[in-house]
Amino acid sequence: MKETKKVYWKGLEQLTNNVEFVKNADKEFPEYLPINENEEEGPNRRDFLKMMGFGIAAVSLAACEAPVRKAIPYVKKPVDVDPSVPNYYASTYFVGNDYNSVVVKTREGRPIKIDGNKYSEVTGGGSSTQAEASVLSLYDKQRYTDPQIAGKKATWEDVDSQVGAALGAANKITIVSYTNFSPSTQAAIAAFTERYGNVDHVMYDPNSSHGVLEANLASFGKRTLATYDYSKAKTIVSVNADFLGASLNHSMNNKQFAQSRKLGDNKKDMSRLYTFESNFSLTGANSDYRTPIKPSQEGKTVVALYNLVAKGLGQAGLGSTSEEKLPNIQKAAKDLVAAKGASVVVAGSNDVNVQIVVNGLNSLLGSYGTTIDLDKESYLRQGDDKKMSQFVADAKSGTAGALVFFNCNPVYDHPKGAELATAIGKASISISTSDRIDETSKACKVVAPDHHYLESWNDFRPVKGHYSLSQPTIQNIFNTRQAQVSFLTWAGAENTDYYTYIQDNWKAQGMGEGNFQTFFDKCLLEGVYKNFTAGEQPAFAGDVNAAGSAVASGKAGSGLELLVYENAALSAGFQANNPWLQEMPDPITKACWENYVTVSPKHWDDLGLKLGDMDTQLADVSVNGVTMKLPVLSQPGQADGTVGIALGYGRTSGGKVADGVGANVYPVLATKSGVNSLAASGVSITLTGEAYKVAQTQTAQTYSGREFVVQESVLKNYQEDPSAGRHTLPITDASGNKNHPYAITLWNGHEYNNHHWGMAIDLNSCTGCGSCTVACQVENNIPVVGKTEVLNRREMSWLRIDRYYSYDADQITDETGIKDELNIKETAAANPEVVFQPMMCQQCNNAPCETVCPVAATTHSSEGLNQMTYNRCIGTRYCANNCPYKVRRFNWFKYHDNKQFDKNLAMNNDLGKMVLNPDVTVRARGVMEKCTFCVQRIQAGKLEARKESRRPEDGEINTACASSCPSEALVFGDMKDPNSRISQLLKIERKDKMAMAKEPRAFHALEELRVMPNVWYLTKIRNKDESKNEAHA
Amino acid sequence: MFKRVNFTHLSLLIFFFTLTALNPSIAQDDDGIPTDPAVISAGEKLFNGNCKTCHQVHKKVIGPALKDVWTRVPQPAVPWITAFVKNSSAVIASGDEYAVNLYEEYNKTQMTSFAFKDDQILSIIAYVKAESANVPEEKVVDNGGNQGGGDQTANASVDSGYLTAILVILIVVLVLILIVLGIIVNVLTKYLKDKKDLEEDDAEVVNQTFDLGKLAKSNGVIGLVIFLFVAIMMKAGIDGLFTVGVQQNYQPSQPIAFSHKIHAGQYEIDCNYCHTGVRKAKSANIPSANICMNCHTAIKTDSEQIQKIYAAIDYNPETQEYGPNTKPIEWVRIHNLPDLAYFNHSQHVKVGGLECETCHGEIKEMDVVYQYAPLTMGWCINCHRETEVNSKGNAYYDNLVEIHEAKSKDPMTVEDIGGLECSKCHY
Repeated sequence: MKETKKVYWKGLEQLTNNVEFVKNADKEFPEYLPINENEEEGPNRRDFLKMMGFGIAAVSLAACEAPVRKAIPYVKKPVDVDPSVPNYYASTYFVGNDYNSVVVKTREGRPIKIDGNKYSEVTGGGSSTQAEASVLSLYDKQRYTDPQIAGKKATWEDVDSQVGAALGAANKITIVSYTNFSPSTQAAIAAFTERYGNVDHVMYDPNSSHGVLEANLASFGKRTLATYDYSKAKTIVSVNADFLGASLNHSMNNKQFAQSRKLGDNKKDMSRLYTFESNFSLTGANSDYRTPIKPSQEGKTVVALYNLVAKGLGQAGLGSTSEEKLPNIQKAAKDLVAAKGASVVVAGSNDVNVQIVVNGLNSLLGSYGTTIDLDKESYLRQGDDKKMSQFVADAKSGTAGALVFFNCNPVYDHPKGAELATAIGKASISISTSDRIDETSKACKVVAPDHHYLESWNDFRPVKGHYSLSQPTIQNIFNTRQAQVSFLTWAGAENTDYYTYIQDNWKAQGMGEGNFQTFFDKCLLEGVYKNFTAGEQPAFAGDVNAAGSAVASGKAGSGLELLVYENAALSAGFQANNPWLQEMPDPITKACWENYVTVSPKHWDDLGLKLGDMDTQLADVSVNGVTMKLPVLSQPGQADGTVGIALGYGRTSGGKVADGVGANVYPVLATKSGVNSLAASGVSITLTGEAYKVAQTQTAQTYSGREFVVQESVLKNYQEDPSAGRHTLPITDASGNKNHPYAITLWNGHEYNNHHWGMAIDLNSCTGCGSCTVACQVENNIPVVGKTEVLNRREMSWLRIDRYYSYDADQITDETGIKDELNIKETAAANPEVVFQPMMCQQCNNAPCETVCPVAATTHSSEGLNQMTYNRCIGTRYCANNCPYKVRRFNWFKYHDNKQFDKNLAMNNDLGKMVLNPDVTVRARGVMEKCTFCVQRIQAGKLEARKESRRPEDGEINTACASSCPSEALVFGDMKDPNSRISQLLKIERKDKMAMAKEPRAFHALEELRVMPNVWYLTKIRNKDESKNEAHA
Repeated sequence: MFKRVNFTHLSLLIFFFTLTALNPSIAQDDDGIPTDPAVISAGEKLFNGNCKTCHQVHKKVIGPALKDVWTRVPQPAVPWITAFVKNSSAVIASGDEYAVNLYEEYNKTQMTSFAFKDDQILSIIAYVKAESANVPEEKVVDNGGNQGGGDQTANASVDSGYLTAILVILIVVLVLILIVLGIIVNVLTKYLKDKKDLEEDDAEVVNQTFDLGKLAKSNGVIGLVIFLFVAIMMKAGIDGLFTVGVQQNYQPSQPIAFSHKIHAGQYEIDCNYCHTGVRKAKSANIPSANICMNCHTAIKTDSEQIQKIYAAIDYNPETQEYGPNTKPIEWVRIHNLPDLAYFNHSQHVKVGGLECETCHGEIKEMDVVYQYAPLTMGWCINCHRETEVNSKGNAYYDNLVEIHEAKSKDPMTVEDIGGLECSKCHY
């Protein structure tokens, strides 16, 4: 147990001891009373008595006559549907161009929960925030209920006849879509092409991988993406590539990365991640060494890295650049060379030349065939920026012919969207197959709405030799028709039944073994099918020198630079109308409900802004002739001289939740060459002087200065002593002896005869992606409260991910040990380290909340759960006051059936309510709620075991958060069962009624309080040479 | 309530004991049908679970009565019955004369195929055979059981009768004593008043008059009366409030006059046949109309009530065809548990082994179902306190039973394993 010199802070307010922050820090809730809308004066005594009298009379009158309730059974009950018994179907989540292989839970024929599909070798079995939340998008009132012609409701017959005639008359047809990798869809489009002749299919991606695709074409002769295996990597270098955050297939990336970081008795080594980046991304937050760079330095950093690695390997480099002097880059190159064959370099740039150099670098390092697989191609992104830009130009000139927008929204998410919107009107006919109202479909003449993915049949080939299927889990709710069926109908195909069409297509492609139906049913059952034989890796044939000199000669950035990014909540904005995603705090900024300009703390000061209670100002941000009004947010770690803005916001026809939230930055991506560029220079920020607040959850729940909740160390120390980084505040007894806090207790402990539920959270595996938080929200009917209430610190999430920045106290104290206040901000906030800590109810054995409840609404169960009984709670909030972890949430309002919370779509209309989990109550106003360890799942799992006269198997009962975690950082199980995964992981020993973890890394948050939680954390271990923060060096 | 359940159990127990005791006495035939009691009881289980809906041994229901079935089917009987049970349509299609006649006789209603193993079918036949011979005994035993139960109930009522009688007698005696004492006091006072040589103190005592009015006006009495009044009102008020929302005996009229008395009582159709979820799900399920149609395509087709089912499922009895215009039947829900309470049927029926009647009352006697139990939390809790866990043969409970037995000699109740904890029902 060593003393730590790390200082943890949640936000700049805390770091600088801001007055507003200090004022609110020790309060559970801000001081003002809930709401008093009508007048300044509250209700007086007479009003109270009147209400009381009326209330009693009303209640007794209402109670006299119970309402007659109906029980309406099926007329013909489907064989496999039993009311109250959930069914699970393997399927595929595909929204926009975002892909995940999933399992859909349905109740009474309604999909209510999405989980990852453990059989998938492409996505790895975890889910993502987007996939988790997508189930609510099914029940969105923004969806088209019928096909439309010229904005008016129409019949499918009318649509087909009108479209058929118009397409027949058109001399050219252009189909625009996002990347599509569905073999049968491609066949359907081929059939369509055959029928009409001159058909062009343009694929694009809002946040495209054009540069990588073109680079692979130039380097290897094929325009595809490679698949990466980070689990095999020892050294990973990322240059502005947020592969753990909102990148393609980040679920798998997280899983593999976490695998390479897991430590245990048999694995004492882990990978090392270097990042060179402008914005503070999830990848940067998880890196061991992070160097802030400007976007204009991206290419040159890659070239510098190439030079250093080439030098290390004794090979010729490229023209040298000054970036070779960047902090950590020499070290990164050394590690890359040392880990040759087990290293990987990724870059986020959309510049072909940069990516060619990256390919050359990876080729030098022998990464192909080990960490990078180009034989096992990935088809997740195929969009061609140039072709798309050409299309927009053609549409403007009227030469693109008839336009079909196949499930895409370029008017919003293409840089030239505004131009396209006017051009659409010029086309002879414009058709959108979008399933919901969006900017593009509004501009189109005909809307032939597609089913939602949960209502559709589909097949996918995300990676060579890897297939997955989608199957309908609900009858189409509205009068929609699968887009592929529309294509086939318009193509005049004989078979327009898409289910048999997929089967026929698979047969035609020679897929399947043995009886086809049996084969297909098995694929459907598992959701995936693999038929892959490894082949040769293509040899690198790119011209690194030419690319290198092109990069080196690139003009230096001028003025303030911008890097646009996707955040983990909204991603590219396909599901912007999903309130769960809107309210999910960004993992780093912890802000929700809008986008903003992130600036470095120094820049913030230069702008003359003052920190306050989430206070900021609105600013006019001008880039490339585009002006947006956005709030400014100070972001520690943001490279100086750069700003960042998230994509996906600023919808105008996205729906009740999406519209008017934030600003649209897609127009900024436009370049002269037609290739999207996330980076831009010459940005100007002018404060408008309008005071504004950005809803941030970071400083809402604090621990009153008890910041030992996270414990960490570095790999070297861990290898010497696995308990490195563990520290406990000793408790002094009456005779002056110092004791471990657990040695002294007033409690009797609890007898656990049956189960003892617990959770282990590996801070080293948790990347902070946030899919657990959305999973929790879906599973437990947690309301969305909206921005105003988040500002009031009344968010309802049961599970939050605390993001701590840290700095080394050594670095900012002078010789006399006095903190240099100025220095704090300059060094500590310039490039802090980050720890993510998922925090939910710790299910304490000596729970402080239980002892203070006057009505025994929160009690301890014989299975280790801290039970919360909503119907008994009277809302004194004593428990929340007494909770050291600040994980209890109070229902300040009735969030369901309440017009004031109409953005809480899941509880405010009949359609949205279909997503609610029927096994969990919707809580009333005025009661406290909190994490229950998904007690409904525990109860269901135990019942299943009892029905079969056996004990539950380990893993059979799992919480929503743990099952959604792509990196398996959360492990839930029965600590009473010595063979369970959690008991093995924590090396549980039972003593004096308690389960104590013998794993040296395991610790309880705030041990010194002796509340003895049932949630254990494992220390965070960084793969650093020393604990010092080197960023400033 | 619990007492009654126990008597039912007891009479059932006596019934089964007598049955098993009598079974071995049946003469053994050499027709290949086993008489082993174990086989018969296995057959009984299968019969009750699968066959009872359409067949009874002594009575024609949907299918023929099975008494002595092995003597009347084409011989050898066992293979024929086996083939017929497994796939009756194949036997009919093969032109088997007996089967074809049967098919004609029962309005061309085919028997559902059952995927039993041969020995399972044999055990069912064994049970049928045992049962065929069992008629007189069954009646005797049944009556005996009922009488036994009746006697005990009578005893119990006599007991309470005695108690009342004793109380009444006691009160009468007390009143008599009071009267006698009053008379004595009166006589003595008169006697003392006549005496002149009393001391002043004593005279005061003797001349004291009992003033009822004064007593009534005294603080103590007024206080007592007010206290009693308030206490009684409060008790009544609280009792009244406790009944708010309790719908015991709620008996709404239903859109179709379905009688449980006929179906569950008279025809002894297993509850699970219609309430399909009762052993596997939270909801027992109100049966869907297609379950009704399993029988009512052939039975009581002219009934006005059955016509309502036909209308719901859009069935044309003339053409025997189903149409597309279905309309679900809107039953009135009787048991309305509040949303905040989670109740799972399978836990109680399948795992706990409770009888439906425990909570739903004598459903077999009800023409129109009413809410038998109060469905209050107190009622739930009470049962969890008193009910022994059905842990036998369930490996889930093994460890718990072991721990419990080491500590206590009492049976392990639901309460003992955390059955009173909040989050068992509220989440």
